[in-house]
Amino acid sequence: MSRSAPLAVNRYGQVGIFMASAVLVQLASVAAGKGFLLTQLTMSAYYTLAVVGISLLMGYAGQISLGHAGFFAVGGYTSALLTTLDLTPYRDQPLVSSAERLGLLLSRLDLYGGVLLVVHPLAACVLAVSLAVGLAFLVGIPVLKLKGHYLAMATLGVGTIVYSIALGTEWLGAADGIAAVPPFPLLFGASVGGQAGGRIVNYYVAVTLLGAAMLLLLNLVQSRVGRALRAIHGAEDAASAMGVDTARLKLRTFVVSAALAAVAGVFLTHYNGGIGPSEASVMKSVKYMAIVAVGGMGSLWGTLGMSLTLNFLSLRGYFGIFDDVVFGLILVGMMLFAPDGLLALEPRRALAALRHRLGSSREDPG
Amino acid sequence: MTPFLEVSGVSKRFGGIQAVSGVSFQLRKGMIKAVIGPNGAGKTTLFNMVSGFSTPDRGTITFAGHPIHGRRPHLVAAHGISRTFQNIRLFEHMSALENVMVGRHLRSRAGFWAGMLDLGWSRREAAEVRGRAMEVMAFLGIEALAGAEATSLAYGQQRAVELARALASDPELVLLDEPAAGLNMRETRDLAGLITRIRDRGITVLLVEHDMSLVMEICDEVLVLSYGEKIAEADPATVQRDPQVVKVYLGDEEC
Repeated sequence: MSRSAPLAVNRYGQVGIFMASAVLVQLASVAAGKGFLLTQLTMSAYYTLAVVGISLLMGYAGQISLGHAGFFAVGGYTSALLTTLDLTPYRDQPLVSSAERLGLLLSRLDLYGGVLLVVHPLAACVLAVSLAVGLAFLVGIPVLKLKGHYLAMATLGVGTIVYSIALGTEWLGAADGIAAVPPFPLLFGASVGGQAGGRIVNYYVAVTLLGAAMLLLLNLVQSRVGRALRAIHGAEDAASAMGVDTARLKLRTFVVSAALAAVAGVFLTHYNGGIGPSEASVMKSVKYMAIVAVGGMGSLWGTLGMSLTLNFLSLRGYFGIFDDVVFGLILVGMMLFAPDGLLALEPRRALAALRHRLGSSREDPG
Repeated sequence: MTPFLEVSGVSKRFGGIQAVSGVSFQLRKGMIKAVIGPNGAGKTTLFNMVSGFSTPDRGTITFAGHPIHGRRPHLVAAHGISRTFQNIRLFEHMSALENVMVGRHLRSRAGFWAGMLDLGWSRREAAEVRGRAMEVMAFLGIEALAGAEATSLAYGQQRAVELARALASDPELVLLDEPAAGLNMRETRDLAGLITRIRDRGITVLLVEHDMSLVMEICDEVLVLSYGEKIAEADPATVQRDPQVVKVYLGDEEC
């Protein structure tokens, strides 16, 4: 499929090139004595994990979501809560004791040397993603039976609710969020967390996760399901006449994208050691959508590149207090002048469109 | 012989317009039947009800013994009914071959997991789908168009791609909504041969058509609608002589 393949190599080769570039970036940044930049690149990679999922939803299923920050936060908060909440006082309760016997719980030291009994990060992660998936089904099942952009409205509602709950709930830390989230243990003693000396390992974990997700999504869009999704985008009635269950495919795509956002939320929360309500804000969702719009609807690589770049710049503070304004302007600008994304832009056509917008009386062909 | 498709007493109203009222007809397996009538006679509405795009207000439609009225289009398609559209509805940004491959959706089953993990069997299935799509395109003589972007093709070619897409699912019944619209005389003649060959493959054909020469040449039976009502149903020669049909098509003497 040519739209997501700017390079003349197959998708496995493309992911390989991506991983190789990631290695080069790491080596260059360390060689230049700017290894600290890897921290923002790692965070950026996690945000990108959520954004490529939205790219699938918008570019292939043709649906707009304004609530993915909500799914991100459901993942992050669930994981944060379960891995910080001390269950020692509840040890005798059947649910807690059976969880402990199944090895789902973990004893660890808190910052002050006290012993905590908490849910194992892996079990918490599974629960967190399941919760986001369940929520996505709950919202998607009624809404995706309808034609049109009802999903945008419904997810806007979900995003707002998640944000309000995060902000207003005492045991979720209210405006402060949840801190002191432990690292997420991986194999060979490595872990996802903000511990000293783990910067390079964490960078590679994030990039590998992103590469793997990209491979899954690239495979998907070239498969039978991907073809059916593009068909829905092209002519929904004709797709259903060919036996494509359009509501079901849109729902599944929505759920996959929500799951990716939740996974991103879980890992970024462990990496940062905490999460706050701003992660759930609707402005975050708008930001994700703006990035997909610049990257090009239906162009997974374009979206990935734009997301890594823009999130990195944003996290480094290049946009200063105008951060929200920048992403808002990007969204408006893209919708007006290049609805197919920056990479699909033909400069002459864009100029013609601009002249047209500015009130030139002569109609420009094309 | 038991009817293959049985439409009985279907009616559909859009606001103040009775688009179809109490129409009944039958279709036997292996026949070519045309629905004709002046513009606004309710032909397309009838088609939409058979293919699930519109729910009849009254009446029933059964296909091979199963009630299909009011079912959603993809479920009707799963019963083996495929269709084309009056204003061609090809998938944008997809090649002609990919369009036809979507037509094979029902005959393949790789889902989200198989697709994401690029499993061996789903790859083999995709290769099969591709091969079958090419066969159908070859049957229609358009295999050379496989790589072209479908919506950029010439009008007649787009019609052929749409027909290939409808046939790719190996349907039992195919509904053709004005297949000759926009075709020149030579293309229409080719189409007549093609529809006959589709029928010879064992596929039953129901078509809406304005081109009388096509209808008279290839159809076994003709159903005539006027203002949503059935006014005649017979073989082409009989229909042509029916005074009421002549009146509908040529108008009253006073006009």
